Amino acid sequence: MGVLARVLEEAGIATVGLSLVRRQAENIKAPRFLHCEFPLGRPLGKPRDPVFQTDVIRRAFALLDRSDVPVIEDHPQVIDDETEAPATCALPPRHDPDAHPAVDEALGLRPAYNRQLAASDGRTAVGRVGGADEIGGLIERMVVLAENGDLAKAGFDALSVRAAAQDIRAYYEEAGLALSDHVPGARRIETWFYTRTETGPILHSVSHKLKAAGEDRSTWYYMLPSTQQR
Amino acid sequence: MTADSGIRANVGEIPTPEFESTPVAAAPPLAEARVAIVTTAGLRVAGDVNYWQPTDASFTVLPGSDRDVQLSHFSPNFDRVGFAADINVVYPVDRLDEMAAAGEIGSVANQHISFMGAQFDATFSTMLLDSGPAAARVLKDDGVDVVLLTPI
Repeated sequence: MGVLARVLEEAGIATVGLSLVRRQAENIKAPRFLHCEFPLGRPLGKPRDPVFQTDVIRRAFALLDRSDVPVIEDHPQVIDDETEAPATCALPPRHDPDAHPAVDEALGLRPAYNRQLAASDGRTAVGRVGGADEIGGLIERMVVLAENGDLAKAGFDALSVRAAAQDIRAYYEEAGLALSDHVPGARRIETWFYTRTETGPILHSVSHKLKAAGEDRSTWYYMLPSTQQR
Repeated sequence: MTADSGIRANVGEIPTPEFESTPVAAAPPLAEARVAIVTTAGLRVAGDVNYWQPTDASFTVLPGSDRDVQLSHFSPNFDRVGFAADINVVYPVDRLDEMAAAGEIGSVANQHISFMGAQFDATFSTMLLDSGPAAARVLKDDGVDVVLLTPI
């Protein structure tokens, strides 16, 4: 991001950047950074908190008046991720005994996913490989892949399997958000998905199976966030 | 030690180009400035479901009136629930609109820009020499004189 700051400054556009990784901000020598020790993925700190977000922006814009560049100021507040505290989102009861438990679970979460979809005016991160209607089918293919480690037999390639994993994660995280009465701390719903649901551990198994099958690291590693690698 | 601190340590080790000096553009008074967001979150407008891949140094243009944007970054290594709940925690377009309405900033650009961050050396060069200057032209054409840069 600091590279872009330099390019824009050279084009005559003044910049101020929010930093999440202080060492990168230091290395690049862009003129103005507000370092925010906030969770990765939340550079403005607090979702659904306009007052806090506006304060962050004001602190950043205040650096435009500084002449002692390059300057990096630290936001006075630290907000940690909460990876080790999984959210306590309710999971649906078993509905179809003939379905794989993970598929049954995902279908049971559909009303929650739909509520979040409505709350966000239709905005969703699901849709790289398939929409919400395809999530059950994607999970079935992940179950096959967890058993045999053969991407082609599961109907994937190296790129689409990662994209499918992102779709499944997004579906669960958006459903989990609807099942929470507030926005939980960073990564709490992520950890809920990977450790408390039927489907999350299947993605762990897929990652391990692809690694054992000799697939490229970029494929199996990016099946999971590094925070969930075990 | 939090989970993020380990990632921060690793990302901090990504080699960056070395520069001797710091370019500085003059900013007009904030109350007169036209402001845009340039984010490295890997955002795309809805419906564009292309999967942003490593080494992709291109950028997307995000209409300022559009809130249906999707997080398309290739990396799974950051919290995504915050953005799902509120795009402003990454892409604070509503906050800028409010600040413009209150007279704190002069105006908000008609369009904003997204790249995908967490990139490596070869991509830095492309951003420095090609896609970065092209994005700057888009912003200059819109009369932008201040940019707020946000990571993911």
